[in-house]
Amino acid sequence: MDTASPPISPTSAAATAAALPAEWRDFFTLTKPRVMTLVIFTAICGVLAAPGSIHPVLGFTAILAISMGAGGSAALNQWWEADIDKGMKRTMNRPLPTGRMRREDARDFGIFLSATSVCLMGVAIGWLAAGLLLGAIIYYAVIYTMWLKPRTPQNIVIGGGAGAFPPLIGWVAVTGEITAMPMLLFAIIFFWTPPHFWALALFVQSDYAKVGIPMLPVVAGEKVTRRQIMFYTLLLTPVAIAPWAIGGTGWIYGSVAVVLSALFIALALPVATRMKAADDTMLPEKRLFKYSIVYLFVLFAALVADRVAAYQGWIA
Amino acid sequence: MTPEEETEYRRRQKSRNLVVAGTLLFFVVLFYAITMVRIGDG
Repeated sequence: MDTASPPISPTSAAATAAALPAEWRDFFTLTKPRVMTLVIFTAICGVLAAPGSIHPVLGFTAILAISMGAGGSAALNQWWEADIDKGMKRTMNRPLPTGRMRREDARDFGIFLSATSVCLMGVAIGWLAAGLLLGAIIYYAVIYTMWLKPRTPQNIVIGGGAGAFPPLIGWVAVTGEITAMPMLLFAIIFFWTPPHFWALALFVQSDYAKVGIPMLPVVAGEKVTRRQIMFYTLLLTPVAIAPWAIGGTGWIYGSVAVVLSALFIALALPVATRMKAADDTMLPEKRLFKYSIVYLFVLFAALVADRVAAYQGWIA
Repeated sequence: MTPEEETEYRRRQKSRNLVVAGTLLFFVVLFYAITMVRIGDG
């Protein structure tokens, strides 16, 4: 063994990132696997809850294409925001801020994954679903990440649209048409995102302020943010109940939506009516944030359970 | 490039190549399955 050459230390690893090819695991990390679980879950729910049937191979392909599109746009998001990510505790260990990967590699990977996902969806499923997927990728990577996120405190409201696409695309992959029900699924995630993310932003707001992202708590202040959380929670409630109200689902979904929404309001109320004190543990905000994740998972699971029950003839 | 970096370079290249090969194989099987389903439909 050549003892004259020092082993690669973490610091020298960062310095030689340009020379060494990135690990495949870093490309995987670039797709934001944790966010992906929600994307995959809601896309599966969209496919399973849609009327009609799809061959399992095609259903799997549709979900794969949606996941690849989400991964590609996440990579493009990190390519664009590498400098911002470097300044935030939550994101500073990502492959680009740590120097484990070259920026151009992230960009090329994002473009390749996005383009492949749209082509796969178009060829295997249909061009309406592929067009929606392309729209979702452009919406997230360009309209949200590059244009509106650094410019408006309403960035989260706009960004919510990007996360709302998976169940819509999943549904359209089965039916081949855009109707009221998939639009309502889109609207549920759209109105769910602001209270979900602003609850998080309330207890990590110093990080956003540091990197100059105009997050609502930073720009408009805590009081306005808390009021907006309540506003969007109240808007979410009728939207979440609407699929049952218009006859698109049965009582299983309807009752779950009513109970979950009532609980959401109950947890948003203390967040909306209080102000941060010195040495505040931000428990109500953290509780609301955690509950919002459970809310979405259970609501969409109820949608599928309702559809399965109707299909089996257990409910009318 | 030092010998250690050279070794690390080869290791990363090899693991990436294996992942790419696995992904390509997966897509070959997937496209075969999609084609079969589509032919069955049509």
